[in-house]
Amino acid sequence: MRILVCVKRVPAPGSKINITADGQRVDDANLGHTTSPHEECAVEAASQLIEEHGGEAVVLTLGGVEAEEQLRYAVSVGMHSGVLLATDGGEWDPQRTAAAIASAITNLEASGGPFDLVLFGNESADSSGFQVGIRVAHTLGRPMVNGAKGLRVDGGTAHVEREADAGREAYELPLPAVVGVKEGINLPRYPTMKGRLASKKAGVVTVEPAGEAGGLAMVTLKPPPERTNETVILGNGPEAAAAVVDVLEEIGVL
Amino acid sequence: MGDTVPSNAKCVIIGAGIVGNCLAGHLARLGWKDMVLLDKGPLPNPGGSTGHASNFIFPVDHNKEMALLGVQSANQYRDVQRSVDSGGIEVARTEERWQELQRRMTSARAWGVEARLLTPAEVKELVPFINEDVILGGFYCPTVSVVDSLDTGTIFRNEAIDKADLKVFANTEVMTLETVDEPATGRKRISAVVTDKGRIEAEYVVIACGCWSNRIANMAGATIPLVPAVHQMADVGPIDVLVETNSEIDYPIVRDMDTFCYERQSSGSMEVGSYAHRPILHHPDSIPSNEEAALSPTEMPFTQDDFDPQMEQAIELMDMLGDAEIKYAINGLLSLTPDAMPCLGETVEVKNLWSAAAVWVKEGPGMAQVVAEWMTYGYPRVIDPHGADIARFYNHERNDEHIWARASEHFNKTYGIVHPAEQWESRRALQTSPYYSRQQDLGAFFFQARTWERPQWYESNADLVERYNVADREAEWDRRWWSPITVGEHLNMRENCGMVDLSAFQIFDLSGPGAVEFADYLSVNKIGPVGRATYTPWLTPDAGFHSDLTMQRIGEDTVRVVTGVFDGGRDLAWIRNYMPTDGSVTVTDRTLEISTLGVWGPNAPALLATLTSADLSHEGSPYGSLIDVDLDCGGTTVPAKLFRISYVGDTGWEIYVDWNNGPALWDALMANGREAFGLRPTGGGVYGTSGRLEKGYRLQGAELESEYNPLEAGLARPKVKSADFIGKAAYLAAREKGEPEVVMCTMTVEDSTDSEGRVRYLQGGNEPILDADGNRITDSHGRVSRVTTAGYGPSIGKQILMGYLPRELSAPGTDLKVMYFNEIYPIKVVGTGGPFDPDDSRLKG
Repeated sequence: MRILVCVKRVPAPGSKINITADGQRVDDANLGHTTSPHEECAVEAASQLIEEHGGEAVVLTLGGVEAEEQLRYAVSVGMHSGVLLATDGGEWDPQRTAAAIASAITNLEASGGPFDLVLFGNESADSSGFQVGIRVAHTLGRPMVNGAKGLRVDGGTAHVEREADAGREAYELPLPAVVGVKEGINLPRYPTMKGRLASKKAGVVTVEPAGEAGGLAMVTLKPPPERTNETVILGNGPEAAAAVVDVLEEIGVL
Repeated sequence: MGDTVPSNAKCVIIGAGIVGNCLAGHLARLGWKDMVLLDKGPLPNPGGSTGHASNFIFPVDHNKEMALLGVQSANQYRDVQRSVDSGGIEVARTEERWQELQRRMTSARAWGVEARLLTPAEVKELVPFINEDVILGGFYCPTVSVVDSLDTGTIFRNEAIDKADLKVFANTEVMTLETVDEPATGRKRISAVVTDKGRIEAEYVVIACGCWSNRIANMAGATIPLVPAVHQMADVGPIDVLVETNSEIDYPIVRDMDTFCYERQSSGSMEVGSYAHRPILHHPDSIPSNEEAALSPTEMPFTQDDFDPQMEQAIELMDMLGDAEIKYAINGLLSLTPDAMPCLGETVEVKNLWSAAAVWVKEGPGMAQVVAEWMTYGYPRVIDPHGADIARFYNHERNDEHIWARASEHFNKTYGIVHPAEQWESRRALQTSPYYSRQQDLGAFFFQARTWERPQWYESNADLVERYNVADREAEWDRRWWSPITVGEHLNMRENCGMVDLSAFQIFDLSGPGAVEFADYLSVNKIGPVGRATYTPWLTPDAGFHSDLTMQRIGEDTVRVVTGVFDGGRDLAWIRNYMPTDGSVTVTDRTLEISTLGVWGPNAPALLATLTSADLSHEGSPYGSLIDVDLDCGGTTVPAKLFRISYVGDTGWEIYVDWNNGPALWDALMANGREAFGLRPTGGGVYGTSGRLEKGYRLQGAELESEYNPLEAGLARPKVKSADFIGKAAYLAAREKGEPEVVMCTMTVEDSTDSEGRVRYLQGGNEPILDADGNRITDSHGRVSRVTTAGYGPSIGKQILMGYLPRELSAPGTDLKVMYFNEIYPIKVVGTGGPFDPDDSRLKG
């Protein structure tokens, strides 16, 4: 089978996130970068499916040239090749991103054959738009389930599970299909040294993305209000026991 | 741990990494009270370099301070039971490295560290997963240890809390340091530390902030020349063979020296660390805060591309690494200085503001002890710290441009093969003498002494090689940074006359009504009357050598200090530290105002007589005298001071003139001397090594260190002056004890033909001196007999060594041995003086 996984390069910050003076992006000058966690799981899911069924997995991203780092990382953990929709590095809105990816998929399928599955992360770690996957699916006219916590393929059907308030929802999607994977579906592997070295030699194709700007524009980013953790010392030794019991009752543990 | 800091303290230590914690513990052991320890991060791991250190100690280093403090530190980790002897192997992939491992064996013998060379098969026995096909062998050291630096820090900190009621404040950031002016010395004095939790007035402040240290020092107007630099590490695993050991470390650490990498077991994983990647330096301001950092501030994002070549080499050495997962990988920050040595001691700009920085985990506890003793006793007792003394740096060495250039240059030499005489490539010609262009025209090969360029030899003297039939050297190592021309220059000086550029001398004038008294307080020997110069040690309070220099009484109220370029910074700091604060003495740096040329050799008096009608006989210009003359330099009258002294064993003078008059003096001497008196410009190879060694003259920092006193160095005079001086009480006590246990001796190498039939030439890199049976020689203080200087003595036709020997082995003619590149050669004791002209007839006859 053929699988395409779409990922996004995002900063890897600490607990405090700095925003640039113009309010347009996370100040990543001193930060490393990673792939959104949901997408790491999507890559792992693809690797496992290929290991089970055979075939080929391709990883795709839209971003600046430095996003090649994330493509090669994905290759180092099981993807076969990468596609970079190279932008000037600025943030693209979800509509435009989705249009570019859909267009790229069409072109990739024309030259390399159809993708049975296109995987996304549930949402990106930085802007959390929840939009690109569903927009791509809609454009391509393929069924899509987001929030997948289970995924297997059986013949021409993808079986997808996701968590719901009262248990798990189960879906059957005819292939080709689109699935948005949620963190927790699996435990992504780390690259091995040999995997990393092989990834350097893997093919990464750079494509100029096509897509018109959509209606969604970012106004400004603001850091969330600082959370304050108040620590109350309930006492020392046995004399604290009564206060501890009160707290445990208050939070409903007892 | 309250929320607000105390309003005052005797001592505030900033930084709770391995150094700050151990320092608090050592100060508490030495009786200090009323101390505060701060860190901007949480405890026990505040996020500095200690928290991600690879935590292993290889106890063999060619450098004495690093080697002995490494061992000292390893033992302190053992004392608190936070150490495991894993053993370690440095493997060689190349013939050049295999030779270097022979040198490691030699240093291991010098410092008394157990070590042996292994065949590839023997390496494989200890490390079954190594690919023995790519190595030529290994250097195995069973006492290589792995330590828990965070826990050790906690133990030392708790000891200080218990013993000295140390107050500890984590998550407390220093906002600024306050100082007050100290007009008499031109310095400032620390007065307070302002934190985000309040202000602390403090008598002493110590900066132990690792890679942030310079930024904190700058808050007080001080400098700690270091830069945060990346050392990449990747943790790969789990690996079955390691998991099965069920232990933190069960296999020896492997240093893959030729690829500048190491492989160190870390429980079920292997940690691969690299010093092979491009130098990656950071400004302290670009290090994220604890809150901003994804991991910790000093665990910066891994730049994978830099590490890829090392992964290939690591897999080549240990194939199992290839299939292991990279679980954790960082660009770990550590501190680099311009000369790869730490920054210890009081900052030169701010009194009572101390630096304990650029110290790695492997030497942390020992270096902390050095600083604690220094603060307590006025100088360290555990070791001579001159190589790590922060005062060694001149201003040119304290700016970012210099720090970054030099750190970039030496980073990849961390596992490099570095010759003892190796020169820097970057940042040359920072300070040049007035003769620089003339020297360049003469093909001078320059050695840089800290910031100063000094000719080591002159290619224009190449004809002397033929004239004196000088042989070349067979071993490439022995002829590296050396030329046979230097032998020719030496023999020409002994036969005719040589001229040495001494403009790198550091010259400080002490003046004012208290100047002579103060000068006497610094010096063991009495400052003479106007017109006399005094060659004298300056002692530490424990009567070891701090300095060895000349002091010229150039006026009723002025004493001129002339010292070597390697010690000028330390000596000026020493002056400022001890000078009266009542304004009765001022100190002025005259280095860039005065130029010095030395002229020595049998023709020197006749040559100098062409420039002056002054009486240059031993009556008119006796040894040690200082006379003012006017020199006729091609029609220009150049006022000069002639100081009759010699560091090379031939008669002659140091000629001091105004900097701007230097070229006229050079030209006049060359014009009058070149043909008529056989004068040749002569390089540092003669002045610093061959000429000096033939006479057995001691050099500060080589023979003279704070671990030895004047009795041992053979520089004690029959009587001690009545006036007080630094170290007098300890010096008198040492004299009371009678004959010293060890004495500085010269020795000659009797046969240095190696196993390949080549005559080898020792380089003076701490080679161990052994008794006739080949055993190490140590005294009751643990001081080892080792080569402090080595060089060829052209006039006696033998290699000459210097070193301290126990008195019973110091008799002239005693047969001993020396090790060089792991081979043993016979040597013979000359005595406490040099082998050439023992009666000084050429100097004073």
